[in-house]
Amino acid sequence: MADTKPIAPDAFAPAQVAETAKEQIAAPNLTFSQDALRRLKQNKAAVISFWLLVLIFAAALLSLVVTPHDPNAQNLNYTYLPPKWGNLHVPFFDGYQNGIDMYAHNQVPKGTYFLLGTDYLGRDLLSRILVGTRISLFIGVIATLFDLVIGVGYGIISGWNGGWVDTLMQRVIEIISSVPNLVVVILMLLVFKPGLTSIIVAIAVTSWITMARLIRAQTLKLKDQEFVLAARTLGESSVKIAVKHLVPNLSSTIIIQTMFTIPTAIFFEAFLSYIGIGLPAPTASLGTLLNDGQKALQTQPYLLIYPAIVIVVLMLAFNLLADGLRDAFDPKSAH
Amino acid sequence: MEEILAVKDLAIDFATYAGVVHAIRHVDFHLNKGETLAIVGESGSGKSVTMRTVMGLLANNASVVSGTVQLAGEDVLAKSEKALNEMRGNEVAMIFQDPMTSLDPTMPIGKQVAEPLLLHTKTTKAEALKEAVRVLTLVGITDAQSRLKDYPHQFSGGQRQRIVIAIAIINHPQVLIADEPTTALDVTVQAQIISLLKAIQKKIDTAIIFITHDLGVVAGIADRVAVMYAGKIVEYGTVDEIFYNPMHPYTWGLLEAMPTLSTVRQRLFAIPGTPPDLLNPPQGDAFAPRNPYAMKIDQEQEPPFFPVSKTHAAATWLLHPDAPAVEPPEEIKRRKQLWAQKEAKR
Amino acid sequence: MTEALVKVRHLVQTFNAGKKDEVRALQDLSFEIYKGETLGLVGESGSGKTTTGRALIRLYRPTSGEIVFAGQDIAQLKNGTPQMLAFRRQTQMIFQDPYASLNPRMKVKDIIAEGLDIHHLVHSSQERDARVAALLAEVGLNRDHASRYPHEFSGGQRQRIGIARALAVQPQFIIADEPISALDVSIQAQVVNLLKDIQAKKGLTYLFIAHDLSMVKYISDRIAVMHNGRLVELASADEVYNHPLHPYTQSLLSAIPEPDPDRERQREPLVYDASMAESGERQLVEVFPEHYVLATAAEVATYREAH
Repeated sequence: MADTKPIAPDAFAPAQVAETAKEQIAAPNLTFSQDALRRLKQNKAAVISFWLLVLIFAAALLSLVVTPHDPNAQNLNYTYLPPKWGNLHVPFFDGYQNGIDMYAHNQVPKGTYFLLGTDYLGRDLLSRILVGTRISLFIGVIATLFDLVIGVGYGIISGWNGGWVDTLMQRVIEIISSVPNLVVVILMLLVFKPGLTSIIVAIAVTSWITMARLIRAQTLKLKDQEFVLAARTLGESSVKIAVKHLVPNLSSTIIIQTMFTIPTAIFFEAFLSYIGIGLPAPTASLGTLLNDGQKALQTQPYLLIYPAIVIVVLMLAFNLLADGLRDAFDPKSAH
Repeated sequence: MEEILAVKDLAIDFATYAGVVHAIRHVDFHLNKGETLAIVGESGSGKSVTMRTVMGLLANNASVVSGTVQLAGEDVLAKSEKALNEMRGNEVAMIFQDPMTSLDPTMPIGKQVAEPLLLHTKTTKAEALKEAVRVLTLVGITDAQSRLKDYPHQFSGGQRQRIVIAIAIINHPQVLIADEPTTALDVTVQAQIISLLKAIQKKIDTAIIFITHDLGVVAGIADRVAVMYAGKIVEYGTVDEIFYNPMHPYTWGLLEAMPTLSTVRQRLFAIPGTPPDLLNPPQGDAFAPRNPYAMKIDQEQEPPFFPVSKTHAAATWLLHPDAPAVEPPEEIKRRKQLWAQKEAKR
Repeated sequence: MTEALVKVRHLVQTFNAGKKDEVRALQDLSFEIYKGETLGLVGESGSGKTTTGRALIRLYRPTSGEIVFAGQDIAQLKNGTPQMLAFRRQTQMIFQDPYASLNPRMKVKDIIAEGLDIHHLVHSSQERDARVAALLAEVGLNRDHASRYPHEFSGGQRQRIGIARALAVQPQFIIADEPISALDVSIQAQVVNLLKDIQAKKGLTYLFIAHDLSMVKYISDRIAVMHNGRLVELASADEVYNHPLHPYTQSLLSAIPEPDPDRERQREPLVYDASMAESGERQLVEVFPEHYVLATAAEVATYREAH
């Protein structure tokens, strides 16, 4: 190798090295969550899912204040009106069915439109979907609360204490999880009236099991980590160790599992309502809408299709976001 | 001597979110048939990445910027994935650091040892198992025949590393890459594994690349040594040249930082600071910020290799004819005296 | 004679006692650690050296035996009692794995200040920041590092953060559990020098657990060798290296690799036959002054005779 540059006469004099230059860190100061967020942003499916969910949440919340029509108002003159988007004459959304303008046929006043049509009692489908989505999301949020409060707490206590406490708590979990959810709901129906309460109680009893098991397994792993041992040798109490060391390191598991709990709960409610032991009429939920829509499937397919699209989008979005979050929080486990 | 492996001007970059990491910065070395080359360096010096390149096992975000890797006359970097699979476990085999994770816990060891034979040669299962028993006996597993059906967890750490070695050598590879094979083991077991590697090398005539950060181990096994720092080789030579006549201040630092049983010193010499961040390597010699002998030129220009002997060269400006003579540390002076005595004898 | 800070008497640690998977990790351990000294504890993996450290710092509750620390038996203290909290301040640990020993979700500042918060050693956030900055300086780090997260540091830097965390509560006694075995050679020396400097400055007592015998010899005043949960030899560092008596110590010494090709070529490792320990009653006997060996009466006589 030949020297490329001419060598200056003083080149071999001792160099001055700044003391501070020795321990510099060049990489930008990223926290763990910033780093995870960066990875999440690279996942297009997860980002789209996130914004879809934001949109759905916003629409559902908006329905508390205002809906296009009263979701429970019946008008027998307006039964089975097909979707109509103003006077735009978009195919399938122009109010025609079998070549007949149903709006004219039913003498609907000008300026009254039902964007997604009406059901057999003349109720506006769009308003009912918005309200139904809200109830589904509400059930999802309730399930999350139980996950966080019971599941996380139960898992940490069981894993941290170990010994007979752990054994006892795990036996309890096994007993609970051996009873099918459906049986629990039917038992609840003996006590409560069919409705939101019995569904919520059923979820409260069963939904947190998976979370508790995951958190216990993680806690068992974490409690032998040296930073937890270090906290113990410093004299930190168990409660403080849980709050300062365990929960932050469990947060990714918690978030990811929540993202799987929500759609499961939504689906559970839809399933119960669909088979008729869920929410009673006239309350709208995605399950009851599907149940209603299925009855008129041959003539008014839109009554089934639109609620179905909403529930499919919700499920997909939650699952894709959960996958994205898992990959972002735990890059090693990806694929 | 015949060259079996030649790495020329190899440069490898990794793309990360923070920028491009120049992990390997123009590395040249070769390996002769039947010899042991030790590559010494700290974590992050690029020794493992270099070996992954030789095995064709680079990560997805790595890119080869320049260079060639010739194994037995063939260019490894140009090989297809299929050709690489053909090569791995056959012409080149690797022994990893952790014997706990490099064996499949759900497969009996006989099957694991015989697998490379079944993959790369047309051997029947019965023959392959027979060969597995032979190789397991060779690496010192007693009563191998009856232990073929045992699972990895039924063996101790040292025995597991022996099994890993058996898997690596069953196809008589021309090159055996051992990536810190003794770091996870106890000293007594480490000594056994090293003498085992030496014995096997004699028996099957393979060339070994021994990657380690522990100079003590190197002295016992290597014929030649290459010292890596910050993605470059900074000094290479025969084992005696590196241990008794080192030239690069980094090699000095490494030798000085190790306490030996015989030397009593008040204070250990510690190379100050930490290795440079290869996101933006410093201008000039990457070791300059930690080098007590640094000169102005070190901060401006990367030193080329200055030959010391036919087999020995170091990349430090201290060897430039215009550079001032420096006083090496005590420990190095002691070693150089031994070197002078050896020279005189010759 | 120097005063003993820690006296271990007949310490026994058994895990899963009475069950099928019973492990007798420590069997009848007795030794003393003198004030201001460094006692090196060596042995291979599974010898019980880490268990000893964790029992002494009361991460485990010993099955039986006494651990007298500064005149008080702490072996059976309960967590949360004032005596235990006081003991926690006086004894600290430095851990092996610089990657696992710092909570990845906490800033360096909060990691170091954890002990300060627990023992209410600071009363305002300015005081806390100032203490953290002083501790960082003490271990050779920059005060700007306080607001960063552990993953941004190299192994050696993390280990220094761990040392700063231990020093925060001003302990008398530090148990270093293989503090350098996960570090590169050039960094090992930094950490060892740092530990020595701190000891000299603060008069600390160390229990230095390691499997790297050359480093242990360098840092320790006395060395204890463990094998299968028992102490097999205990003497001054030079004595252990120059006149090892127990065959296990001899085999350990013969296996240490040295950075010297000529010596390596001549080296012949001795193999220790563990079955020899199964015959006969063995006790830790003071064969020569301050030199203890686990041996039968007959062996003691041979050792003395050979001298």
